[in-house]
Amino acid sequence: MPATILNFPPKIVENAIEEISKLPGIGRKTALRLVLYLLKQEKESTENLTTALTQLREDIQYCGTCHIISDTTDCTCRTVTRDLTTICVVQDTPDVMAIENTHQYKGLYHVLGGVISPIEGIGPEDLHIDSLFSRIEKSDPKVEEVILALSPTMEGDTTAFYITKKLKALGIKVTTIARGIPIGGELEYADEVTLGRSILTRTIYD
Amino acid sequence: MHLQSIRLIQYKNYKEAHVAFSSQINCFLGENGSGKTNLLDAIFYLSFTKSADQAQDLQCILHEADFFSIKGTFSQNQKERTVLCAYQAGKKKSIKLDNKPYKRASEHIGKFPTVLIAPNDTDVIRGTSEDRRKFFDAIISQVNQSYLNNLIAYNHALKQRNSLLKQFAEQDRFDADLLEPFTRQLLDLGQKVYEVRKEFIAVFKPLLVKHYAMLSGQRETIEIDYESDFSEGIEEKFRHSQKKDLILKRTNRGTHKDEFVFLMDGKPVKKFGSQGQQKSYLIALKLANFDFLKNELGVKPILLLDDIFDKLDDLRIEKLIQMVASDAFGQIFVTDARPERSISIFEKIKQEHKLFTVSQGKVEVRKQIQ
Ligand SMILES: Nc1ncnc2c1ncn2[C@@H]1O[C@H](COP(=O)(O)OP(=O)(O)OP(=O)(O)O)[C@@H](O)[C@H]1O
Ligand SMILES: [Mg+2]
Ligand SMILES: [Zn+2]
Repeated sequence: MPATILNFPPKIVENAIEEISKLPGIGRKTALRLVLYLLKQEKESTENLTTALTQLREDIQYCGTCHIISDTTDCTCRTVTRDLTTICVVQDTPDVMAIENTHQYKGLYHVLGGVISPIEGIGPEDLHIDSLFSRIEKSDPKVEEVILALSPTMEGDTTAFYITKKLKALGIKVTTIARGIPIGGELEYADEVTLGRSILTRTIYD
Repeated sequence: MHLQSIRLIQYKNYKEAHVAFSSQINCFLGENGSGKTNLLDAIFYLSFTKSADQAQDLQCILHEADFFSIKGTFSQNQKERTVLCAYQAGKKKSIKLDNKPYKRASEHIGKFPTVLIAPNDTDVIRGTSEDRRKFFDAIISQVNQSYLNNLIAYNHALKQRNSLLKQFAEQDRFDADLLEPFTRQLLDLGQKVYEVRKEFIAVFKPLLVKHYAMLSGQRETIEIDYESDFSEGIEEKFRHSQKKDLILKRTNRGTHKDEFVFLMDGKPVKKFGSQGQQKSYLIALKLANFDFLKNELGVKPILLLDDIFDKLDDLRIEKLIQMVASDAFGQIFVTDARPERSISIFEKIKQEHKLFTVSQGKVEVRKQIQ
């Protein structure tokens, strides 16, 4: 057998495939297809993509207060036109988008970054739960109501129970959106009308 | 419902086989290792989409080959239906009904109900309480989907709670507000599981007693007791054991501790039953399983009887065959490594039956009575 003389695919292509296949849900095959696609496009369109990615990392941050993504200068939690006395607690950023799309909610958000799950080693200290409490304590005007919009799973329920216990001690009104509303990573199934209605008709959590 | 024929390709020790069955009694005779159990296992596979002996699909492929397929042609409500199960090493297995693939194999379970009696597998009697819970859970799940869902949710809550207890111990801390939601979920789901199990046992018990009495000729009487923390004061028991839970780092109360006690003349069969009595008890459990499914699903499941004759005295064997040959049962498959015994047993019955000889992965008709 002769040694391999053909160096194929070129190292640079191999690199690109490697990096792209690190993205969730993308295997090597898909990565290769994307690389070949990009190579066929006008140079300009790949440059737009790289600029977008660079800007994304440079100018977008997670807000230190509510933990949603913002371009630092303008986060919803500092927008005085919103209702500053109500905070809606969600699991992740896509949930904020789903609720915003309903146009029914004018209050603030608080993104936990997940739900409590001891099996996966996720406890309250691994989520933005303490920062929720301190944010409420320091709030001015005072936060009056916390709406829990967590996924209707065992872990979502546990997280809701835990937060409620601690908030009740602070004398805050805790409400929840109707059970069974798909939220928490199930954005694609969320139906805006139903979700919007369930926010308006939220009930006291007990 | 009955299985008209089966076609095996490279399944266990069968290179290729095509067998047409009697709609009533089929008996496979052959030496040890000839392939009798493997043939029943292939029928089991058509019903449960997996092998009965816990074997991985890969181990079911004929040595040196790289795939197997099992095709069964059933007759159901006067219609012909084909089930095809195929597996190729390294690929996803494919299950098709009438040439249409399923999205999930679990959708197939219960469509062609089958009960396997393999009395040498006495885990249900001699094993742990978990073996017994599994046995009954499998029966109930076939007729009650929400029971299965609650059971899965319960086990999930239990895993979460146990993980939390471990973390509390490791980090030397305790937060009641964190433990509480899992405790509540366990109590909630456990109550649902308990109620279904209790109701089930009430229906199952008379079926079991009837079958055992028939098998033993009333020589001994049996009972089955269902013991659960949920039978009374569960909340209190649960709260009481919290300290113990924290020390042992696991949940000590709940339906995962339920026990089914099999009694014979008032004593546990597990400890005091003879081998033959344990075997009879197991057969009675399975026949009750058969009746229960038959009543709930409204069809007679296929009955697979593997090596049931060993360790049973002649009286019990005769009663058993009389019973399964009656109208209460549908299609039956029996194996025996001692041809003379089966031949003389089946000479006495009038029902249509077919005897086969199995030898080195080949099946031939030996005698057919119509
Ligand atoms: N994947 C496989 N490929 C080839 N042979 C296999 C495979 N799996 C099992 N066997 C063999 O099939 C043979 C027949 O097994 P089986 O259990 O069906 O015998 P049997 O007729 O029931 O015997 P017994 O009377 O002892 O119960 C065994 O010798 C076993 O080693
Ligand atoms: Mg065998
Ligand atoms: Zn913010």
